[in-house]
Amino acid sequence: MSSEAVVETTGERRRWLSILAKAMASEVIAAWEGLAERPAFRALRAPEIGMVMVRGRMGGTGDAFNVGEMTVTRAAVRLESGETGLSYVAGRDRRHAEIAAAVDAMMQSPALRPTVEGAVVARLAEAQTRRRDTAARKAAATKVDFFTMVRTRSPA
Amino acid sequence: MSVAPTALDLTRIAPGFADPTAESQAAFRQIMDAVARPGTIQTLANAPQAPQGLDRAAGAVALTLFDFETSVWLDPSLRGGAAEDWIRFHCSCPLTDARAEAAFAIVTDVAACPPLSSFNLGDAKYPDRSTTLVIQVADLAGGRSASLSGPGIKTEATVAPAGLPDGFWDQVQANNAQFQFGVDLLFVAGDRLTALPRSIRVTIKGD
Repeated sequence: MSSEAVVETTGERRRWLSILAKAMASEVIAAWEGLAERPAFRALRAPEIGMVMVRGRMGGTGDAFNVGEMTVTRAAVRLESGETGLSYVAGRDRRHAEIAAAVDAMMQSPALRPTVEGAVVARLAEAQTRRRDTAARKAAATKVDFFTMVRTRSPA
Repeated sequence: MSVAPTALDLTRIAPGFADPTAESQAAFRQIMDAVARPGTIQTLANAPQAPQGLDRAAGAVALTLFDFETSVWLDPSLRGGAAEDWIRFHCSCPLTDARAEAAFAIVTDVAACPPLSSFNLGDAKYPDRSTTLVIQVADLAGGRSASLSGPGIKTEATVAPAGLPDGFWDQVQANNAQFQFGVDLLFVAGDRLTALPRSIRVTIKGD
């Protein structure tokens, strides 16, 4: 791959890698299968399943602590046109990891990017937003407002 | 003293095993058989194309045996090149400049091979923690013939790796003399491999 083919800034790439990592495997596979043309690729690192320790900070800024381990699957692929993509995705679906890596590779290529930007990345992002909204609305419906009764003067 | 890692350029890295589980198991079996029967030659037919400077058998040994817990010493001729990136990406192993700390070492320029005694020889409690050297030679045959005897050899076996420097066999004999301590050697050429563990007594023809 020529060096000018890499047009992405870290921030943008981080955004789509995050969307691909958090998407549901079934959605990723459906979006991929729905593409009119899918480039051929081969594995640089065949999908492998492992665990990562998720760490958090107390109150977001305090001391680090281990939240727990989660299953992740990672893969790296190279497209026939030469672009390289990689992925770390939640869960243990090998196909998900492979497709996410291929989409990452396509997103880095100005020629292939339009194929997947709307049909895969935007679609997955939208589904995630929808899921988060639904969850937020369901949670909001159970909200309890605590208030203090204001003692009213009894009619004299 | 481990080497500070730098960012990998993924666009230059070649693939490893296509089916890592099955192929690394098959390669492991062949490496194990080679070590169990010194003097026999194993052909690692599944070995993927290794990056420049590394023979296919050496690459297969790396993919099979190196991992995040084994620190690896690389021949200076491999440092900073495609082979180093390939090993770091596929094996996730820490690289080291300190030979006495290395679990594995890859020697591609055998004429400039550091003294065997400068690698980790194991300690009295854990002799198994010594360095295993992967020594890349031009050919596994055609060199000075050494006859071998010891565990895994019924009567006698011979090896004759080509291109070994003068005094190399003296070092191998000294290595065997300090058993249980000592390094284990794997000779590779192309996709072929033969092993010379520290337990083997070596006699050079004509000595």
